[in-house]
Amino acid sequence: MLKQIEGSRAVAEAVALCRPQVICAYPITPQTHIVEALGALVKKGELNAGFLNVESEFAAMSAVIGASAVGARTYTATASQGLLYMSEAVYNAAGLGLPVVMTVANRAIGAPINIWNDHSDSMSQRDAGWIQLYAETNQEAADLHIQAFRIAEELSNPVMVCMDGFVLTHASERVDIPGQAEADAFLPPYQPRQVLDPDDPVSIGAMVGPEAFTEVRFLAEERMRQALDLIPDVASAFERQFGRESGGLVKPYRTGDAELIIVALGSVLGTVKDTIDELREDGIRVGALGITSFRPFPVQSVRAVLAGGCRPCRVVVLERALAPGSGGIVTADVRAALAATDGSLPRTEHPIISTVVAGLGGRPITGKCLRAMLLDAKRGQLPPFSFLDLQPGLVQAELARMQANRRSGPTAENMLRDLGVTASGAAD
Amino acid sequence: MFQVRFHGRGGQGVVTAAELLAAAAFSQGRYAQAFPSFGSERMGAPVMSFCRIDRKPIRTREPVTEPDALVIQDPTLVHQADLFAGLTPSGYVLINATASFAQLGLADLAATHDSDRLLVVPASSLAMARLGRPLPGAPLLAALAALTGVVSLDAVLAAIDDRFTGQVAAGNTAAAVAAFDYVLAAFDYDRVERKELSGA
Amino acid sequence: MPSTRIKFYQVGSFAAGNRLLPEDLRSIQSSDARANTLTCGHRACQGCGEALGARYALDAVMRATKGKMIAVNATGCLEVFSTPFPETSWQIPWLHSLFGNAPAVGSGVATALKAMGRSDIRVVAQGGDGGTVDIGMACLSGLFERNDDVLYICYDNQAYMNTGVQRSGATPPAARTATTPAVGPEPGNAFGQGKNVPLIAMAHEIPYVATATVADLRDLEDKATRAMDFHGARYLHILVPCPLGWGSSPADTIKVARLATESGLFPVFEAEDGQVVSSARIRRQVPVTDYLRLQARYAHLFHPQERTDVIERLQASADRNIARFGLLEDQKPAHIERTRLTLAPVHDSDQRR
Repeated sequence: MLKQIEGSRAVAEAVALCRPQVICAYPITPQTHIVEALGALVKKGELNAGFLNVESEFAAMSAVIGASAVGARTYTATASQGLLYMSEAVYNAAGLGLPVVMTVANRAIGAPINIWNDHSDSMSQRDAGWIQLYAETNQEAADLHIQAFRIAEELSNPVMVCMDGFVLTHASERVDIPGQAEADAFLPPYQPRQVLDPDDPVSIGAMVGPEAFTEVRFLAEERMRQALDLIPDVASAFERQFGRESGGLVKPYRTGDAELIIVALGSVLGTVKDTIDELREDGIRVGALGITSFRPFPVQSVRAVLAGGCRPCRVVVLERALAPGSGGIVTADVRAALAATDGSLPRTEHPIISTVVAGLGGRPITGKCLRAMLLDAKRGQLPPFSFLDLQPGLVQAELARMQANRRSGPTAENMLRDLGVTASGAAD
Repeated sequence: MFQVRFHGRGGQGVVTAAELLAAAAFSQGRYAQAFPSFGSERMGAPVMSFCRIDRKPIRTREPVTEPDALVIQDPTLVHQADLFAGLTPSGYVLINATASFAQLGLADLAATHDSDRLLVVPASSLAMARLGRPLPGAPLLAALAALTGVVSLDAVLAAIDDRFTGQVAAGNTAAAVAAFDYVLAAFDYDRVERKELSGA
Repeated sequence: MPSTRIKFYQVGSFAAGNRLLPEDLRSIQSSDARANTLTCGHRACQGCGEALGARYALDAVMRATKGKMIAVNATGCLEVFSTPFPETSWQIPWLHSLFGNAPAVGSGVATALKAMGRSDIRVVAQGGDGGTVDIGMACLSGLFERNDDVLYICYDNQAYMNTGVQRSGATPPAARTATTPAVGPEPGNAFGQGKNVPLIAMAHEIPYVATATVADLRDLEDKATRAMDFHGARYLHILVPCPLGWGSSPADTIKVARLATESGLFPVFEAEDGQVVSSARIRRQVPVTDYLRLQARYAHLFHPQERTDVIERLQASADRNIARFGLLEDQKPAHIERTRLTLAPVHDSDQRR
């Protein structure tokens, strides 16, 4: 049924359709509306689930691990600091092979503390062994949760559905919420591979030493490889059942004849597509490659687009997180995909890749900035690594302060003061 | 696409206003996107929200920088820096106030804009009288509907009815109808014509 | 709580008489039908108090639940020595997740069982003192606060033994550990630190809290059994000497545990809804030195010279426990009514199903 609905609410309704049996809630901006909505459904008796208000995110993931191990379909949500706080348990869930589904309402990680949207939180867990799917719209966010339970349970591997905090979670837009019957048809009851059952006791979570650890981890990688096939299969099944495209590994947009391609994850793709259409009207052959499945990284699909028809090619990778000392996170995976050693791509034809770090801590990514950046890229004037919409004045002022004085003070506070001074005009 | 930017203070229902407008547009078969400015929203702090309405899916997600309409829920904000940033010369400005544009110190703005695009509506008073609380959101939306025709009054009333219940719904509805009538009277518009404007 | 004291008679050798008790008075361990929840083949040290305590407690829970239980284990000695890959000595469904989350995982298991309509299966979460008192404290308090239907068992050997005997929040004053070495003017663990988790559990006013040791098998079995009569959060704190970490003889494990209680250093009691309801009377109080001398972790209190100042402080704390809990046969628990231990029960009676 079509609804004009807040993103968080759409996700809550989609999750409820999946009939989770245990939901763990610990609040953190900007996911709280999701667990609040689910809590209300449980309290009103509209959703038959155990709803556990826990004392920390670490407890949330731990409780979900326990519940899943007993054979229950389980769910939780977090963001930013909360994701870090549960990190030990996040790795644990993947290592144990438990098909937990979690929403990460993407938010920056402090310090400095920041409640707004970027991808630093989910990126920090990219090696934990979870499948990571990034939603472009609230429709896709809702749909991906339904797909996530099926993917997770099929593989016995946890899945993280990432949706941009505030930008998606707090945006009201049109979403088609499926009916219960169709959801049930798509998602049968959970059948665990391993379960704690007094009638058939097993020990789960034993210590594994050097003699077998490598093999256990190999199987984790194997699950990721299986996911590369399963994710598109589930997306196709979803389309057959619900009648719309959603999910999958990648989403190319006007890349067929592109000479410039921007790679991005998440909601920014909407603004990117509008910008591309405008540039196309000006004759620029630009396209976008949206990556939906970041883990497993869809090497073949990325190669097919970036090293396929796009020759010679400029690629801009739009990063919503920063790896200090290393640069671009998605860029590294894109480069690796292009350098894949099957020898099919001659070296001289490798695309020129520029990394653009954008929208950190919720800085809006405007069509205007994207357009200017893409034109720079087209003209070969984009440096290999840059920050979109950087305010150099703020940076220079702080560097000058640090140069002048050992006790230069906390950087963030200094800059905020600068911003305040500038805005109020007191400096003049 | 029709883009609206709402300005107000935390606690005045700025976010709700954008969502109600989106709901109204949705009920008329439009695509609509509403979201808050995500600033640090404390009670009394200046906040913004945005609403985009279109006949096709809306993909962009940046804040509204070139509003077709500005709705200012709190007149004490009119001299805030950048409040009118991006407003096109034919853009609408709707201010919740009892003073005129000139009295609010906006004579310059009034001079550069079409007069049938600018309006002051005493929305808080209308709300106070009918709802018992000076919440201007619903009446301002109805006024926006009358001023711009982007949504119909019926759509606004349906959105109010969907969101609120009981006395609150009734009070908001009454305030909205009063504001709609106020705008019609201010511009001597035909009621039927405004009600049936097909919007963006 | 009714518990029949069995009088044993010395019969000239070291045998104890009265072994042919009626069936219903025999310990669970004495029965062929005992579950052996933690069965043989595990890799615990010779004389390990925790292996003993776990078997005693869990066999009692198995009997009380007719074999329908799931255990969640924190990282630690018990988890490590019971599951040396590829073997396990657990005969029950058993889950090990992390060090600090056993209570939370237990909460999740209990919630799931209830959601799946299987509340007939009961849940035990367990860990050592490190995983309970320190890193697991937040999760433990959450479990208590929500009154989740989990029995949490802490096997207290008073230090992080699995990682090489480091000090925990349960390490007693003056004890030597790797991080509170017996050097300098104040050797061993500092005085005035440490957490009393049974009292913390009582402060949450959960239905049942009890302490026990491996020295009194019946008492421990009775308490594990009694705990399963309740629903909601329950806490059982068991003193389990560690020969390796305490520097005691493996043959002395039970003796050392008994001396801990008979000296008053480890009070044995039960509480319901935050109020002490029974305590195990000390038959014959022994001076703390009897207990301390058996453990190398206290050797520095006796050599090169006797630290009477420290020993007196330890004796004083033992005496304080005795007064506070009324542990001597001829002494009523006079102070209990006036302490914060006695809070009016808050839980409705229908929370205990």
